[in-house]
Amino acid sequence: MGALQSLPGQPEYIGLAEKTGFSFDQIGVLHKRFKQLSHNEETLRRDHFNEIPDLACNPIRAQIIEAFFDRRNYRQNAVGMVEEISFEEFLVVMSHFRPPSPHMTEEQRESVRREKLRFLFNMHDTDNDGTITLEEYRHVVEELLSRSGALGKETAKSIADAAMLEVASISMGHMEPDEFYEGITFEHFLKLLDGFEIESRMSIRFLNMDTTTLCK
Amino acid sequence: MPSRTGSHSPAGFGKSLPERGLLLLMVLVLLQGSVLPLGAASSPDISHQENLGNNKATDEGHNFTKKAFPVLGIDYHHIQTPFEISLWVLLASLMKLGFHLIPRLSGIVPESCLLIVVGLLVGGLIKLAGEKVPPVLDSRLFFLCLLPPIILDAGYFLPIRPFMENLGTILMFAVVGTLWNAFFIGGLLYAVCQIQPANPSDLHGLELLPCLLFGAIISAVDPVAVLAVFEEIHINELLHILVFGESLLNDAVTVVLYHLFEEYAGVGAVTVMDGFLGVISFLVVALGGVLVGAIYGFLAAFTSRFTSHTRVIEPLFVFVYSYMAYLSAEMFHLSGIMALIACGAVMRPYVEANISHKSHTTIKYFLKMWSSVSETLIFIFLGVATVDGPHSWNWTFVTVTVILCLVARVIGVVGLTYVINKFRIVKLTTKDQFIVAYGGLRGAIAFSLGFLLKKEHFPMREMFLTAIITVIFFTVFVQGMTIKPLVELLAVKKKQEAKRSINEEIHTQFLDHLLTGIEDICGHYGHHHWKDKLNRFNKKYVKKCLIAGERSKEPQLIAFYHKMEMKQAIELVESGGGVKLPSAVPSTVSMQNIQPKKPPPPPKSVERALPQLPKGREEEIRKILRSNLQRTRQRLRSYNRHTLVADPFEDGFSDLLLKKQKMIELEKKIKEMNNYLTVPAAPPDSPTMCRARLASDPQAYSVKPVSDSVPTIQVDLASPQSPDSVNVMDEFRRAGQEEEDQGLMMKPRGPGGPNKPGEGDATRDQQKLMRCLSDPGPSADEDEDEPFLP
Repeated sequence: MGALQSLPGQPEYIGLAEKTGFSFDQIGVLHKRFKQLSHNEETLRRDHFNEIPDLACNPIRAQIIEAFFDRRNYRQNAVGMVEEISFEEFLVVMSHFRPPSPHMTEEQRESVRREKLRFLFNMHDTDNDGTITLEEYRHVVEELLSRSGALGKETAKSIADAAMLEVASISMGHMEPDEFYEGITFEHFLKLLDGFEIESRMSIRFLNMDTTTLCK
Repeated sequence: MPSRTGSHSPAGFGKSLPERGLLLLMVLVLLQGSVLPLGAASSPDISHQENLGNNKATDEGHNFTKKAFPVLGIDYHHIQTPFEISLWVLLASLMKLGFHLIPRLSGIVPESCLLIVVGLLVGGLIKLAGEKVPPVLDSRLFFLCLLPPIILDAGYFLPIRPFMENLGTILMFAVVGTLWNAFFIGGLLYAVCQIQPANPSDLHGLELLPCLLFGAIISAVDPVAVLAVFEEIHINELLHILVFGESLLNDAVTVVLYHLFEEYAGVGAVTVMDGFLGVISFLVVALGGVLVGAIYGFLAAFTSRFTSHTRVIEPLFVFVYSYMAYLSAEMFHLSGIMALIACGAVMRPYVEANISHKSHTTIKYFLKMWSSVSETLIFIFLGVATVDGPHSWNWTFVTVTVILCLVARVIGVVGLTYVINKFRIVKLTTKDQFIVAYGGLRGAIAFSLGFLLKKEHFPMREMFLTAIITVIFFTVFVQGMTIKPLVELLAVKKKQEAKRSINEEIHTQFLDHLLTGIEDICGHYGHHHWKDKLNRFNKKYVKKCLIAGERSKEPQLIAFYHKMEMKQAIELVESGGGVKLPSAVPSTVSMQNIQPKKPPPPPKSVERALPQLPKGREEEIRKILRSNLQRTRQRLRSYNRHTLVADPFEDGFSDLLLKKQKMIELEKKIKEMNNYLTVPAAPPDSPTMCRARLASDPQAYSVKPVSDSVPTIQVDLASPQSPDSVNVMDEFRRAGQEEEDQGLMMKPRGPGGPNKPGEGDATRDQQKLMRCLSDPGPSADEDEDEPFLP
């Protein structure tokens, strides 16, 4: 473990480390996991994700998996979906969940915030028109409540409506009765989750140790 | 003299200075007056004997000479004990009242300091009156009566999410920090006591073990003091939960250390074996306490499942089970505080899902009341005990103790934070560390523990007590008074007062699932994974067991949404009954703005377009609808701030909720009449309303695809469309009449169509109503007949 061990594909790792900010150890661990998930192939496909047993009981499983195949999350300013991803793209998507480093300037922190919120926004905005419409938001809430059976359906609509109303009130302030609020734009989304402290909440601890042998 | 209390009018928030001065004067006289009975009470024996003697004499005399029938007599010690207790409680409460009349003072000096000063005054007065000060801070009284309400209040309302997220940090501070403090202070004190060969003082006699015991007593951060001071400074949630959590969890460490050193102080030596047993004992004490608390918590939750018919005694179960958890833990020398916290935290989600709203309010207010009175009494008694207690002042000992306490705390916090920050995502900054170190206040628990020491084993008991009191005074006065300006100076992040919005709740849940998913993909079992597993286990098995009826399946998001709806209903009432829902952000955005306009119906269904209502009919309908609205609006207007206490769970709000829904529905009805919009987009309402709406809008069927409209209604499409308007009018007139007849009595209407179990918000709403209505309170008639107090 560590610098003494020569990792395969080291020069590749340098590029990846710079791009994503992970350390070499972390990249090594994630690479191992990637190989485990893809059965040692070069690319991952959706059915590989579907094989993960723990993920099966997650209500928003579909959206999470789609997020991996969404070009908007690859930081390349591209749009559309892909069918399979390589390790680099896997790593780039994972890097959205890195915890913020303790010493960051204000603007660095702000850019990290924007990036994470952009990821969330892309997850909600499935048709990629730049706004989260009422239908899309309803879909989000329905998925969240999908494990609670039929009694969630109607309330999901009301909850989504109430939430949308709140966003509209916060962002637009005053609207004439016949004006129509198109949807939540990214700027409104930023304003909405202003006090949410997303940079610390949307992070998981990437271990430096190899624990993949313990998990499925 | 005590009868003067009756003359305190509740509206006496003396606006003018002479009134305030008069009130203070009366309070002081009351103090004086209270001293005399207390003084008389503390020397009961003599007076009792005299009285007995007198009685005997009068008895004997009775046989010989006939005395006049005693019209009025005084028998004080018949009611002595309860009277004293009530007097103390009254004094405490009046003091609390009094402080808020002096505005500037309560801003500068925290309440705890003022209360200690009052205690000193009262103690001084008693001493001046020449009477013996009652041993008020008797350890049994403290640990069995005064401490539990405060801890139960803290445990029941503990914010679980931040507590669990920071549990590792809190445990580190509580366990390792307290151990470090105890050994550092104890050890260094012993060393200091030994290095005075020049002046042979009685400090030499102090051995190591008593020093360590003293260190153990004085090192624990006190939850009462922390609560009292931190309540007023409103710092951010993280720091609050860190210091507060530490003060709660260090009880286990204190208990073990105390018993360990006390046990062996007589013997004079502690072996490694004893140390090892001590560690095991710590685990037993801590985990055992939590286990006992959890068992009682589950019992309470299970009991609350069956209380739907006897709502009045629901709060009692919560209190009694918790108290028994505390006592059971104390019986086995386990940590009573941890048991109480565990009991409150475990039972809360289930109990709250089962009990009625009135019981919930009762529990909340009783807990707050008791803990408030308890806290006040503790500080007053601290002052009284200071005046009373046998003191033995030793400059060296006391000053060294104070300095060591501060130093140990700072070193401990800094050292531990360095280690902890390696494992935290959100690191603790220097400012945070300073506040955590500075907020380590000592309080009455330390004093009571010192009081418990037996004089025979610890000849230095008085010196210890004096030192403990000095440290307590120092931390409460100096640190308590200066922490607020320091927080301002250092610009520490304050508590966010923002209302929890539905969007944040949605995203909190979303993030939880997202992070769990990512952890699963990554392949390591982080704490999101375990939290998710626990939640699923909870939902699948535990909730079914402990929560009655339909509520066991209600996910958290929906529960949150319902709570928000109720709060909005109350706000609606408070704002005087406008039709528009007032929101935090003043805006003119309404539901209409966000509803997408349906695309124009395909040409095929043109034949089935809604027949145009004749103009006259339309006007009639509109008039009736509007007048109905006005009537409801008028009735609501009489609810204003003075007639209705703004409490989300008070009487009568449930029908307000229904009225609000009806009003929104009616408003939409008017608009729909204009636009023939087919998107119902209405909040769930009773089947009657649904029937009315659907009957008048047959176009709803043609354009809407297969979706779940109102699920419980079987609508007969064959019903002729022309009498629709009549139906509407009839429905609303009938609804209006029903309202008029029954006043506020809302009989839940049976569902119209086949009632699919667990489906349709109408049924759930009714169930909600039934939950509220099934608890009419102690006297149903009284409540329902007079809703509008003048």
